[in-house]
Amino acid sequence: MAALEEGFTLTAVPLGSGPDGPLGVEQSDKTDQFLVTDSGRTVILYKVSDQKPLGSWSVKQGQIITCPAVCNFQTGEYIVVHDNKVLRIWNNEDVNLDKVFKATLSAEVYRIHSIQGTEPVVLFKEGAIRGLEALLAEPQQKIETVISDEEVIKWTKFFMVFRHAVLIFITEKHGNYFAYVQKFNSRILSKYTLLLGQEEKSVTQSFSTSVHRKFISLMSLSSDGCVYETLIPVHPSDPEKNQRVVRSLLLKSVVSGNARSGVALTILDQDHVAVLGPPLSASKECLSIWNTKFQTLQTSKELPQGTSGQLWYHGENLFMLHGKFLTVIPYKCEVSSLAGALGKLKHSQDPDIHAMTHFVNWETSQGYGLGSQNSEQSKRILRRRKIEVSVQLEVPPSTQLLAAIQKDSEKHIEVELRKFLAVKRTPDFHTIIGDVVIGLLGRYKAEPSFYPRNCLMQLIQTRVLSYSLCPGLMEFALEKTDVQILQLCLQQFPDIPESVTCACLKIFLSIGDDSLQETDINMESVSDYTATIQDGEIEEQTEILQNGFSPEEDNCKNCAQELIEKPQAATEESTSCPVTGKRAALLNAILHSAYSETFLLPHLKDIPAQHITLFLQYLYFLYLKCSENATMTLPGIHPPTLNQIMDWICLLLDANFTVVVMIPEAKRLLLSLYKFVKSQISICSELNKIEVSFRELQKLNQEKTNRELYSIEVLELF
Amino acid sequence: MGEFKVHRVRFFNYVPSGIRCVAYNNQSNRLAVSRTDGTVEIYNLSANYFQEKFFPGHESRATEALCWANGQRLFSAGLNGEIIEYDLQALNIKYAMDAFGGPIWSMAASPNGSQLLVGCEDGSVKLFQITPDKIQFERNFDRQKSRILSLSWHPAGTHIAAGSIDYISVFDVKSGSAIHKMLVDRQYMGVSKRKCIIWGVAFLSDGTVISVDSAGKVQFWDSATGTLVKNHLIANTDVQSIAISDVSIVPQEDSFVVGTAEGTVFHFQLVSVTSNSSEKQWVRTKPFQHHTHDVRAVAHSPIALISGGTDTHLVIRPLMEKVEVKNYDAALRKITFPHRRLVSCAKKKQLLLFQFAHHLELWRLGSTVATGKNGDTLPLSKNADHLLHLKTKGPENVICSCISPCGSWIAYSTASRFFLYRLNYEHDNINLQRVSKMPAFLRSALQILFSEDSTKLFVASNQGSVHVIRLLEGSFKHLHTFQPQSGTVESMCLLAVSPDGNWLAASGTSAGVHVYNVKQLKLHCTVPAYNFPVTALAIAPNTNNLVIAHSDQQVFEYSIPDKQYTQWSRTIQKQGFHHLWLQRDTPITHISFHPKRPMHIFLHDAYMFCIIDKSLPLPNDKTLLYNPLPPTNESDIIRRRTAHAFKISKKYKPLLFMDLLDERTLVVVERPLDDIIAQLPPPIKKKKFGT
Repeated sequence: MAALEEGFTLTAVPLGSGPDGPLGVEQSDKTDQFLVTDSGRTVILYKVSDQKPLGSWSVKQGQIITCPAVCNFQTGEYIVVHDNKVLRIWNNEDVNLDKVFKATLSAEVYRIHSIQGTEPVVLFKEGAIRGLEALLAEPQQKIETVISDEEVIKWTKFFMVFRHAVLIFITEKHGNYFAYVQKFNSRILSKYTLLLGQEEKSVTQSFSTSVHRKFISLMSLSSDGCVYETLIPVHPSDPEKNQRVVRSLLLKSVVSGNARSGVALTILDQDHVAVLGPPLSASKECLSIWNTKFQTLQTSKELPQGTSGQLWYHGENLFMLHGKFLTVIPYKCEVSSLAGALGKLKHSQDPDIHAMTHFVNWETSQGYGLGSQNSEQSKRILRRRKIEVSVQLEVPPSTQLLAAIQKDSEKHIEVELRKFLAVKRTPDFHTIIGDVVIGLLGRYKAEPSFYPRNCLMQLIQTRVLSYSLCPGLMEFALEKTDVQILQLCLQQFPDIPESVTCACLKIFLSIGDDSLQETDINMESVSDYTATIQDGEIEEQTEILQNGFSPEEDNCKNCAQELIEKPQAATEESTSCPVTGKRAALLNAILHSAYSETFLLPHLKDIPAQHITLFLQYLYFLYLKCSENATMTLPGIHPPTLNQIMDWICLLLDANFTVVVMIPEAKRLLLSLYKFVKSQISICSELNKIEVSFRELQKLNQEKTNRELYSIEVLELF
Repeated sequence: MGEFKVHRVRFFNYVPSGIRCVAYNNQSNRLAVSRTDGTVEIYNLSANYFQEKFFPGHESRATEALCWANGQRLFSAGLNGEIIEYDLQALNIKYAMDAFGGPIWSMAASPNGSQLLVGCEDGSVKLFQITPDKIQFERNFDRQKSRILSLSWHPAGTHIAAGSIDYISVFDVKSGSAIHKMLVDRQYMGVSKRKCIIWGVAFLSDGTVISVDSAGKVQFWDSATGTLVKNHLIANTDVQSIAISDVSIVPQEDSFVVGTAEGTVFHFQLVSVTSNSSEKQWVRTKPFQHHTHDVRAVAHSPIALISGGTDTHLVIRPLMEKVEVKNYDAALRKITFPHRRLVSCAKKKQLLLFQFAHHLELWRLGSTVATGKNGDTLPLSKNADHLLHLKTKGPENVICSCISPCGSWIAYSTASRFFLYRLNYEHDNINLQRVSKMPAFLRSALQILFSEDSTKLFVASNQGSVHVIRLLEGSFKHLHTFQPQSGTVESMCLLAVSPDGNWLAASGTSAGVHVYNVKQLKLHCTVPAYNFPVTALAIAPNTNNLVIAHSDQQVFEYSIPDKQYTQWSRTIQKQGFHHLWLQRDTPITHISFHPKRPMHIFLHDAYMFCIIDKSLPLPNDKTLLYNPLPPTNESDIIRRRTAHAFKISKKYKPLLFMDLLDERTLVVVERPLDDIIAQLPPPIKKKKFGT
């Protein structure tokens, strides 16, 4: 959700500028520092977070700055043009602009552009474009005229498309707009005529661009208050020809149609634009953030003292003139998530690590690890001075561990891991654990002989992992049929997809008993009743009271008969566990895992019928065990609950009924389940009857106490 | 003990008025309560919360503010624009004074008690000087834009805070000018409400102003800078009242109480942020939900939080940390019904007279010919009849009313007029005739009583005198006036006459009970004064023993002919009453006797009625006081052993009246709380279970 934070005034004193506001706000080579050029004689360097100026430079009296100062990111110098033709280059240490490097050019400059990663370019008023280096080599070189007479540059922007610099500028002639796109790799200048729709003769007031794959999206805010989008291909099919592009309506009436001035538009990101201007004809001016994808107004902020119709967006800050002050409003657009939309995202992060949230911001946690920030900075070419290395990193244990994973032996990794787990947990502990697991799995993929089983077990038992933190782990275990790891995962992960749960179930049901024998499985959940299973000596319970209801009383003769035919067999089957203890423990892990019915059902259909029957038998056995005691619970430390058992029986039958009903060995099971349901229904109906009669009694009782207004009673006192 | 036919009456459609203001006086430990009909009641918190005095309401006198000033003087102000002072001795209004500022919404007495402030509809705050016998207008403070709904003095008396609509003003008392105006946020859960009404303000000695408002906020303001310091959002509805602990007794204001429209009362306390730290913070500590409707008024006594509101209950919630021993004060009190009789009964005609604020109702009880055993409801051969609905004249509330035992006279009184009616019964028709030309001295009565043979009328007036009037067919004759003892001005609130008509007992609120000889028309004797007020009086037939019930649940029996307490009374005083008897929390409001069994005394409070059999041994603390189970198959010996003098029935409650019609017939008047709640406006709906 996009949000505007509380704004603040950057300049304590009003800018000594004319009515037009500042010439420009440009980024400097340090984050958080911006060059503000007012329309008079001054350039000021501000540190925004401190809200204070770091330096200020002025041209001589009589001279006037005509083009906003920019920073040459390759050298860290600042460049400004005054009196249209005089170029000045200086750096932080310089005090007086008169004494710095000066170059007088032969033509009038419209704008100097500078962005990170390429040399600055100079756009002349006649449309010619030069690189700064080339220009400085020969300042008095002849500058050709590109655009026709009376054509005026209205707006321009310089940006990178696929590592190539592109400059776009818009010109206007008699109400017609043209776009010129200069690509620096091919030195081709393409010209486009911007066709307005048929509808209106509106004046376009503000432009902004962004790049979408193969198109430059040019957005324009028209005087009718609507935002239009024009798509200009990055690679034109026929660059020489003058092409026409049509604009389409993107947002309707974002500002009042008859706003005279003070409207501006800036693209913030793929889906958001900032619009400055009065939303209604009579209202005050507003800064509003619109979502272009959903056509919704995200947020807005009133600017009661009016603005100048200029809006700059650099590094999460929106700059605008509010009244007479340059105001900065930080803008944040959080990555939207379904959880956020549903209001389920936890906003306050609990400092307690055990309650650490499992929601992970995928944008920051993995790829952009530590240390990747420096790479780009180090490539920078220095012209006159060195850049201080600002970020110093000490090597945390996590990086050490990650490095170890890449090359060291399994033993060594274990040692490192133990070391890492011993230190205090940092807030990003769970993401690091996730990275470690992914690192381990990555190495396994590279060299299949590497199987860090102990490490993985240890990591899973940290209890901070979730399925989404290490997506490959369970697939890896499934591939290896490592039921122990699978059991651990099922017990620890809160967010296992149903398909994986089902795959685990399939393995647990199909794995051979002999291979299970060798594994070391946590038998906690079955410990108590496996003993009786192994012994096999269960005293005969000739009549198992199903929830207190005896099947003999059932009046469904047909189905009862069959059961009566072999009552001995039925009881035997129902009281001995159909699976071994270890398999039971694994299945219990499945029963405990969370799932959503709709997603689980399709996967359950893939399980072979024999296995389904086995599982059903086991569940039925559990149910009978449950009903043996009054509290309807199973013995053991962490046994499956009655609800879980019942839900799974229903799920299995829902998914596979047509298959199971055909299998002869499942018939008895189904019959007993049917009888059980029937007895449940009759119990419920009896309970309902009791409840109703109780209610009647209560009503009678109330009537007795709540008599009419007058009565004569007999009272005897003793 | 006996079998009775009980006429169980539930058609007394009495609904108490909602509570508008409460004011606690620490000096006398009394609580003044005003109700929406203008009635003002005085509760004596030291005397088991007995409602010892009341001032009848008036239709045009809606009380909006109530305060004690200058010791024990009680003032009220209301929407008729008048400030009223009450005479607590004579139980009438001393004077009413127009403040000339339109309806008055708020009033506060200065900490030293010498000045009175009122906040008016026109936005003015007026300062009055309290002189020994009146109040005198002194000056106006700076006029504000809208009505002043709440006022609070700084404990030093130098500044005041005034809550209005949307803002709070702080005035300097010396100059009378507003030095700060603190705007209150109208926002309510993000939605802008129309207006934010400041229902209450409280000024603390450190300069903090606490405000409660209609947006559900409790806010702390710094009055020196006029800034908001802290904000507690405590309710979705209005917070309507605030009271802080009395500064004059507690060295530091460390607790206050607020009441909301949802019926919740919140206790706030100043507690240390961490243990051992000197930094303290106001924290909402305890919520209490004893009300169903708006809590319009709260008060804070040193040991209890007191609240009252639209649901008509006065709730006294003791603060357990302040109560040292587990005694009477440690129990939660809910006072719903007045501690006086609203029902009178004509035994011979089986008539009941119900007293309402502005009318009287006369009912004739039904009858039955059937008999039954304990617990049976008998079929009615005749239902109860509503015979008469007598509307009062004028805007004043009825103070007291009575019907004569023969049923042919009805008398009632308002604050300024006395009415006597003669009733003639012709078959089913009733002929009502007003007795005109009441003498001038019979202007207002606090208590009216007819003699057993309906030939005499006794009227207790508010100057401490008791008038005796002989009734003739359609006319009357003033026989005598018993003047109060010289030097006392206390008015008599309770009267009792002996069945033979020779003795008349009269009692005030604090002094002893006077017994007059009606034949000789002179004072016979005075029962020694007791610490607790008298709640009920009656003289037994034949023996002429005067039975007196006090608010501490003690019962005395005094022999009028012998001028001394009876032997039984001395015995029970020596042994003491059962502890459960003393722990009952409503006073005994009526005493009566069995015509044939002189040893029996019938008495009742709101939750039980009791027959005391003086012939049986008294219960001690080890015996069971309440024995609700009828001994079915127990042998007589055991029954005899467990039997004691107190036979208690809790079958009928809340019990407003009980009397013996004849030897075997009782009448009980019940008023179930559900019936009262059904007549109140619906409470604010609260969402439950996250719906």
